[in-house]
Amino acid sequence: MEPGNLTPESKLLTAKYKERGTVLAEDQLAQMSKQLDMFKTNLEEFASKHKQEIRKNPEFRVQFQDMCATIGVDPLASGKGFWSEMLGVGDFYYELGVQIIEVCLALKHRNGGLITLEELHQQVLKGRGKFAQDVSQDDLIRAIKKLKALGTGFGIIPVGGTYLIQSVPAELNMDHTVVLQLAEKNGYVTVSDVKASLKWETERARQVLEHLLKEGLAWLDLQAPGEAHYWLPALFTDLYSQEITAEEAREALP
Amino acid sequence: MAILLSQIVFIEEQAAGIGKSAKIVVHLHPAPPNKEPGPFQSSRNSYIKLSFKEHGQIEFYRRLSEEMTQRRWENMPVSQSLQTNRGPQPGRIRAVGIVGIERKLEEKRKETDKNISEAFEDLSKLMVKAKEMVELSKSIANKIKDKQGDITEDETIRFKSYLLSMGIANPVTRETYGSGTQYHMQLAKQLAGILQAPLEERGGIMSLTEVYCLVNRARGMELLSPEDLVNACKMLEALKLPLRLRVFDSGVMVIELQSHKEEEMVASALETVSEKGSLTSEEFAKLVGMSVLLAKERLLLAEKMGHLCRDDSVEGLRFYPNLFMTQS
Repeated sequence: MEPGNLTPESKLLTAKYKERGTVLAEDQLAQMSKQLDMFKTNLEEFASKHKQEIRKNPEFRVQFQDMCATIGVDPLASGKGFWSEMLGVGDFYYELGVQIIEVCLALKHRNGGLITLEELHQQVLKGRGKFAQDVSQDDLIRAIKKLKALGTGFGIIPVGGTYLIQSVPAELNMDHTVVLQLAEKNGYVTVSDVKASLKWETERARQVLEHLLKEGLAWLDLQAPGEAHYWLPALFTDLYSQEITAEEAREALP
Repeated sequence: MAILLSQIVFIEEQAAGIGKSAKIVVHLHPAPPNKEPGPFQSSRNSYIKLSFKEHGQIEFYRRLSEEMTQRRWENMPVSQSLQTNRGPQPGRIRAVGIVGIERKLEEKRKETDKNISEAFEDLSKLMVKAKEMVELSKSIANKIKDKQGDITEDETIRFKSYLLSMGIANPVTRETYGSGTQYHMQLAKQLAGILQAPLEERGGIMSLTEVYCLVNRARGMELLSPEDLVNACKMLEALKLPLRLRVFDSGVMVIELQSHKEEEMVASALETVSEKGSLTSEEFAKLVGMSVLLAKERLLLAEKMGHLCRDDSVEGLRFYPNLFMTQS
């Protein structure tokens, strides 16, 4: 037989091989369907004994998520997945997602769309009220990772042992994030700080800081002693300011 | 340091405030005469306050309330000097006084630990089975790849729905389900129904984040994952529904009514900007009654179409009518 010159016999053979291939896949699909049903039963059993554990215990949730990740399963991918339906993990995280979005939106005018994980945590807990389940910072991170799919710029930036959560589609490259990390200590940076710590040229430092200003993430303080301070509202809430109600503000005045 | 639960009259919560942490106020009976010496000789107050700097007050209050309701100490024998000399009874631990309480707490802790470790054990077993499913799906995916074209549409759909149930990413395309599952098709149709009115109220366009919040708040339970929403929206156009998904250059995703023509809105945006001379996204958003996110996208689109040009300074991004175009 020459290649490219199939006889009727060889065509028949090829067809038979193909058919056999289809049958093999069908077999496996049937097998998967059966195993899926079995797994569903196992999961139901697990849920009946330990569903509460997932809801009440943030530690357990972390373990659960890590194990899923290790084997290549995403229990939060769909509300229609078994994990979500039977363990209720889905609703917990998806609702948390809504709460995170609302908090970020409410505070955006103040911090430009950048907030520390701590502050986000506090605000979310406040919003959830007295009778809601406790959520951990790990829970928040996982919920935020899922929110990225919605396209509106959710990002997680590691800074000094914690994280900054970005909730607007501002362009932040490596230069920007490293300056944010530098600012974390005091809540502000100066051009000199940046040049000294990162060994950058003046122009590069200035451009990065100006970009943060333009994006509304930094505020310019020209009255600071020495040179101009670039403050990050996302960072200085804890360090320097206190939220007061209008009443308290009135009372504070002489 | 410990106080007998039987000393408690009632408890109340004090919410956290500015500069003060959440507290639980525990009102106590007068101290019994044979009380052990404590940190203070006496106190004017008949209550103590437990301060929760971080969290935990919800859980603590709940458990304490439970104990106050059950009043288990009333089922225990009152502390008698005879009993403490006898030591632990075989088979049953008599809980007496503070030592008894501590022992009971220890038992409870051990039991909780046992529950947790049982939960972890069961979880590990479950994960082993889940891993088998992952392996099986990989092997099927390989078969499908090899026999490209010989797998029926039907079988592909079945396979995708199995992956969806397990939360396994499609090993062939690497995307989590993409389009094509029944679930997402149904969801798309539902969304078209739910979103029609809200879209009309908001000028025909909403960001996907807004949609996510709106839909999930309305559902209350059996919520959609972000991926569910995106995958359903990707099918809107194909299913010829009256809404569509649109992705701007910035990556921002919106849902628009089919009847909504963003390019036409740009024309009216240009008018607004011209009237005011120049506008930032925030100013424009306020004038028109849109979210800043969508306002910015509209102005950027106008710029892309050549109607506006920008002045990007540290004072913000400001848009002006593009006079280069209109005046020559």
